[in-house]
Amino acid sequence: MSTRRTTTTSDRAEAAMPTGESNALAHGQEQDGGGFDPTARVSVNKAYKMFVGGAFVRSESGRFFQVTGAPLEGSADPEVVNVPRGSRKDARDAVLAARNAADGWAARTAYNRGQILYRLAEVMESRREELCVALGRGGVGAEQAAREVEIAIDRAVYYAGFCDKFQALVASHNPVTGPHFGFSLPEPMGVVAVVAPERPALVGLVSTVLPVVAGGNTCVVVAGSEDPRTAVVWCECLATSDLPGGVVNVLTGQASEIAPHLAKHREVAAMDAWSGDADLRAAVEREGSGNVKRVKTHDGGEALRLLSDAGQGLGFIERHLETKTVWHPVGV
Amino acid sequence: MSAEITKRDETAPVLDFGRAWDYAPAPEAADHVTVAPRQELFVDGRWRAPRSGKYFDTINPATEEKLAEIAEADERDVDEAVQAARRAYDKYWSKMRGSERAKYVFRIARAIQEKSRALAVVESMDGGKPIKESRDVDVPLAAAHFFYHAGWADKLDYAFQGRAWRALGVAGQIIPWNFPLLMAAWKLAPALACGNTVVLKPAETTPLTALMLARIVEEAELPPGVVNVVTGAGATGAAVAGHPGVDKVAFTGSTEVGRKIQRAVAGTKKKLTLELGGKAANVVFADAPIDQAIEGIVNGIYFNQGHVCCAGSRLLVEESVHDLVVRKLKDRIATLRVGDPLDKNTDVGAINSKMQLEKIKQLVAAGEEEGAERFTSPCPLPSRGYFFAPTFFTGVAQSSRIAREEIFGPVLSVLTFRTPEEAIEKANNTMYGLSAGIWTDKGAKIFWMAQRLKAGVVWGNTYNKFDPTSPFGGYKESGFGREGGRHGLHAYTELA
Repeated sequence: MSTRRTTTTSDRAEAAMPTGESNALAHGQEQDGGGFDPTARVSVNKAYKMFVGGAFVRSESGRFFQVTGAPLEGSADPEVVNVPRGSRKDARDAVLAARNAADGWAARTAYNRGQILYRLAEVMESRREELCVALGRGGVGAEQAAREVEIAIDRAVYYAGFCDKFQALVASHNPVTGPHFGFSLPEPMGVVAVVAPERPALVGLVSTVLPVVAGGNTCVVVAGSEDPRTAVVWCECLATSDLPGGVVNVLTGQASEIAPHLAKHREVAAMDAWSGDADLRAAVEREGSGNVKRVKTHDGGEALRLLSDAGQGLGFIERHLETKTVWHPVGV
Repeated sequence: MSAEITKRDETAPVLDFGRAWDYAPAPEAADHVTVAPRQELFVDGRWRAPRSGKYFDTINPATEEKLAEIAEADERDVDEAVQAARRAYDKYWSKMRGSERAKYVFRIARAIQEKSRALAVVESMDGGKPIKESRDVDVPLAAAHFFYHAGWADKLDYAFQGRAWRALGVAGQIIPWNFPLLMAAWKLAPALACGNTVVLKPAETTPLTALMLARIVEEAELPPGVVNVVTGAGATGAAVAGHPGVDKVAFTGSTEVGRKIQRAVAGTKKKLTLELGGKAANVVFADAPIDQAIEGIVNGIYFNQGHVCCAGSRLLVEESVHDLVVRKLKDRIATLRVGDPLDKNTDVGAINSKMQLEKIKQLVAAGEEEGAERFTSPCPLPSRGYFFAPTFFTGVAQSSRIAREEIFGPVLSVLTFRTPEEAIEKANNTMYGLSAGIWTDKGAKIFWMAQRLKAGVVWGNTYNKFDPTSPFGGYKESGFGREGGRHGLHAYTELA
């Protein structure tokens, strides 16, 4: 707690209330040495939880880590929050939730998946302020945060519209020699694990998770540990967007601790790891060999490109698709 | 299917062709083919001895006679090959227009067609596969792969929906012994068409046709170093995959070795594709055209002595037709001719190596120990060479080793199911996911099954069909990446 800046109730009241009233409430408190106003309303702080199987959960381990946020005018949020430090067991539970959701999500029509992702964009739009505040607490300047939230919302719309189109772009009719009709179709891989980049916290998460689920996969994602509270606010968008529970599962904690377990997990078909830590990237690639996992890693520099148009595209979806080739004889 | 004919009628006549089934020998002439007694490495456009001076023998598995001695490349040779490939990439291949690269690849396709008979004969001598397969499948398909991919070389801008692409650089390619020339073609053709240079490592038991292909490359006057062939065993392959100058590793072989390679390239920037083992389900419904299905089952498991990663090695039969299918299968495999690979009537040739024969025998013994019922064709086997008669097991449990492990031989495991859901459950109950077969007369059922089978290639009312235009590759632990078609180009390019 040593890093915690002294926060008074008056600070909070001021932040939570419209300017005029807060001035009135704050009035006359200077003489109070402790800065406590016994008549002020006490704000309700949010407990930050992980998002697994459609529910907000603490770590089964009971462990937590503290995240210190930048002081932010207009925020009711405390500057220091306790965030669950996800464990190996949490990762396994999240994979199970993702596995249980996988067949149902893959079986939905592409049109329906698109509608759900569009609904997500709507919910994100309505929570713009909250996402901006969270990014601000995470140290992003107000203007930049507003821009990042806009990119994130637009990216959700982009992938919503891609759900029923990528198939036609990656499928093929195969003009085989002989009396056979042959074609190749994309299919989801199943459960995909993502290590989201530390920065950009929101666009990084959205840009790595949405193409995975647009492709019909379910996802376990380890949110960056520098700004997990933005990830949790985004989970609240997911939770209110008609996305079935278990399709996206968000763990908070240390990627270096959780990611190797996800890489080893045999129910995880593919892994997409965005990390500036070369040792972590190598560990994920190495451990993924156990079940011949499809592993792709990206360094921190690549993550920054997610803020541009290069951060979206067919390739992001295609990376997590299998190709199934079907043959049948032709004849009468 | 009426009930009475699904039961084995004890009074029914047993298929017995007697002497009438004997054919006169019809050997393919091999006198027009000469194999040099000593085969060197092909590095930087030149044939040269290995640094170590070591050679190993390649033998004819049908006769156990030595065919030639083959240079054993060590790390120094591999290093020189990679450096040559790098120079060739920088100096020539990356600077050449796609249209010109294409013409070199077309030349290779044409030369394979011109030399097709010699290639087929050597393929059968070195690997043991029947001449009718090497002549009608392996060699024509190898030529077709070069022909197909050559045409992509100047059209890659269309291949990725306008996304910018680039070649990877030097590709290290390690191929297996079951389709020696064809696997070399699957690897070389897309790599060259996409503008990469190559270090190819053929399997140690079947290097001869890859070396003939290197000769074709030389005669097609490709710039020196664009294709290098280094022969050797596992250590040579490890040196290729582990070389820091290699940008791309492509491997076809066992899942066990594939995992090791994936581990070895972890933490490097190398791009990897793996085409690994399989334990495919071939699912036969009661409403299938049974006689056609029998042909498909036989083709699925006894083609190329069962040395096929996508072999239909688990036969799932709907319970109501089990006895009928088993009876017909017994009759059918009793007619398969096992013997001289160079004989044009041979259906099942020689097992590729003594080691592989031992592995097959070991797994068959495990099947017997685990209580499955064995049927082996009573066909005569040659007194010399490595042969194994077509065999299948009934009453196989899903947990049995012969239902789980890849045997890579002419051995089939028969299991049953009652509902399509159960068929899917059993078919997908494996760590592999390379291929699957479905036999039914109902179109909707084929698509229902095809959607649910976790396999990269699904054959409906057919089996073991291959084509350069048709992407091939696995789900799950059968590997990743595709070979063939537009999809296969991803393995040899990097997209922006």
